This record gives sequence, structure tokens and C-alpha cells, in this order.
Amino acid sequence: MSDEKEQFEPKIIAYVCNWCTYLGADLAGTNRLEYPANVRIVRLPCTGRIDFNLMVKAFEAGADSVLVSGCHPGDCHYTTGNFHARRRWILFRSLLDTMGIDVDRIHFTWISAAEGKKWQEVVTDITESTRKLGPYTAYQRVCGES
Amino acid sequence: MLRKLQNTCRQLLLEGKVDVVIGYGQADSESPTHPVFITDAKDVKKLVWNDKCLINLVTYLKRPEIKSLGKSAIVAKGCDERAIVVLEKESQLERDSVFVIGMACAGVGQPLLPKCKVCDAHMPQVADIIIGSVENPSVDADTRYAELKSFLKKSPEERHKHWVKECRRCLKCYACRQTCPMCYCERCIVDVNQPQYIDSSASTKGNFAWHITRAFHLAGRCVGCDECTRVCPVGIDLRLLNMSIAKSAEQNFEFRAGVDPDAKPIIGSYSEQDREDFIR
Repeated sequence: MSDEKEQFEPKIIAYVCNWCTYLGADLAGTNRLEYPANVRIVRLPCTGRIDFNLMVKAFEAGADSVLVSGCHPGDCHYTTGNFHARRRWILFRSLLDTMGIDVDRIHFTWISAAEGKKWQEVVTDITESTRKLGPYTAYQRVCGES
Repeated sequence: MLRKLQNTCRQLLLEGKVDVVIGYGQADSESPTHPVFITDAKDVKKLVWNDKCLINLVTYLKRPEIKSLGKSAIVAKGCDERAIVVLEKESQLERDSVFVIGMACAGVGQPLLPKCKVCDAHMPQVADIIIGSVENPSVDADTRYAELKSFLKKSPEERHKHWVKECRRCLKCYACRQTCPMCYCERCIVDVNQPQYIDSSASTKGNFAWHITRAFHLAGRCVGCDECTRVCPVGIDLRLLNMSIAKSAEQNFEFRAGVDPDAKPIIGSYSEQDREDFIR
């Protein structure tokens, strides 16, 4: 059993903004900074575009954790996209909490194009914390029901 | 009150100030009330006002078939009226195009509806005319969200189980959407199939996604009229979901939908000072 748990490789979906975090992840790559391959990156124009339905969809598709990341406040390419997103996340988290969805599996970060190192740390931390939480069976069971 | 309501409506129709009155009708005193749409001053006797007037009639204001009748007058309780405030804020109706007949109301339903027990809108605020008078109680936020608070005492696992159980029963009849005064999209996201965001079958998965979506699309807009819960044929308590967002909005942004006609809607605006303790 303990062996099985060690073998568990979490699936992490990362919704990132095109202008900051995607470039941050790219920088991590060009700097040869190694980070876990558990993360699947989905590039979107802006955190303001990251619909909460995408986060739900990720869990439906079998993700164990979701990461949402974009530009630091004030740095948005579209000036205010991340401010709007932040406000929605505050409300969205309270809804998820009421529905008993594990809010520890949804991560929000600001990672700029210069923060390849931060990207590496964030992805490593999330992978490790999700590995500890185990697969998100509670939600996957919901999705298996007809 | 009823006499005054009927007289007001008769006058409005006779003077041609409105073309239709949206109000409550009732087959007999034992029956539940139903909406009536009165276009002829002779028919104002059909209007009733009593503690069975549960429906939030504002939902009809957004319907094209009602809009096509011309200028309308609507019978609204203090709680219903908040929906008008939000619709106006969202450019869904012109305040001048509707005559609001506000009814003083100390609560409806037998037994009293849960929302009425914590209501602080006994007296309408923005109505063009207010009929009756009743004291407006003040209710603090703790009392307002007491039901949610007791639900949140359950562990996340228990809460999750609760909603899975509820979602299994959901028929996807969309009565919650149809009755909601705030759900006015011509094409609801659940009917969009390219891409298909929400599984349209009434599976637990699709129902789960639907209830998250329905609640979140009402974030900062839901006025807490509880019509979704009242009309649910299988009795899912959707209020808890609406309440969780409303509570968060009140705590974080000091905002309650429809309460202050001058407040900026929280979705669509932002503050640089919004909290971000959960963002790394």
C-alpha cells in the first residue's frame, strides 16, 4: 500500500496567463531549472479569461490539483484582468468550500516573466502537497456516476 | 391594503400610465397565488395581496413577451424590489419603464419562509408608491447567514457528500434558472455545446457542474429571493450556495446585491486592496 502511494503521480493542470506565468515557465525551461513533469500547462490570454468552469472541467478530467497563475497585480498586460480575476477567486473559493470541494487543491499564484525560479518552486511544492493529499477520488467518483 | 392596491392599479391602467399590471392572483383563499397580468382596468379585482404572495414577480420583467405588452407596473415586496435594482444596474431594464408598487410586508408563507425570518427589507426602498406600513427590522450579518454557518460546521467531506446526494436527485429541469430574476442570458452557458462546458445529461457530474455554475453566475447579483429553492421539484436547498457567495461578498467587499442602488456591482469592478492572502 505504501508502495502504491509512493508511486502516485498527481496530475496538475496549470492555467497560466500568456504574458507572465507562461513566460516564467519558459524562463525556467531556458535556465534548465528542473520541475516536476506532473504539471500540464494550459496557456490563456489573461487570468481574467480563466473561467471558473475551466477549473471545474480540470477536476472532471481527472486533475488532482489545479494551479491558476498570472501577472502580479499592477502588471497585467490588459491593465486590470488580474484584479477582476482576483475578486472572482475570492467569491469562488467560498462557494467551493461550501460544496465541500477541497480548496487545498486549487492554487493561485502570481508569477512574472522573470520568476522562473518561483515557477519551479511553486510547481514542486504543489506536486508534493498533492502527492500527500493523494488522488482526488471524491470528485472523480462524482464524475464516474451516471 | 388590497383596496388601495386595486385602486392604484385601476388608476394606472385608466390613465394609461402603464399597459400591464403584474400582480398576484388567487383562485380561492385556500389556493396558492399565481401571477396575473392585467391589461384591462376592469380586471383589477383579480389582484390579491396576502401572506401567500410568495413569487418574485420581477422575473417576468425580463421576459420578451411581457416587454412586448408595453410599460408595466409590478407588485413587489421589499425583497423582490432588490432584483429590480440589480436588473437596472445591469442595463436589463430602464427604471422609468416600470412602475413599482411596493408592498409593505412583514413576511410571507405559512409557515414563514426562512428568508422572511431574517429579512430586513419589510419596507420597499425604491418603489414609486409604497402601500402599507410596517417597521423595518435591522438584522446583523451573523443572523442573516446563520443557516450557512451551521452547515459549515460539517466537515468538508460531509459537505461534499451532502451535495453529491443532492446532485444525484437533481433532474436538470432548470426550474431554478427559469424562475430566477437574475438569469436573463438569451443563451445559457449550459445550452452552449461548442464547446460543451457542462455535461447536459442529468448525471451527478453534470449536475455538480451545473450547480456550481448557476451559483457562481449569480455571484454578487443574487438578491436572495430564494425562488430557485422554492420552485425546485426535488427540494434541493440551493440557498446555501447562494448564501455562501453573498456572505463572502458582504465580508470581503461590504456589498449586498440590490440593497444600495448606488453601490457598484462587485463583479465588473475591482479594488487594488482586495485581499490576496490565499494567493502565493
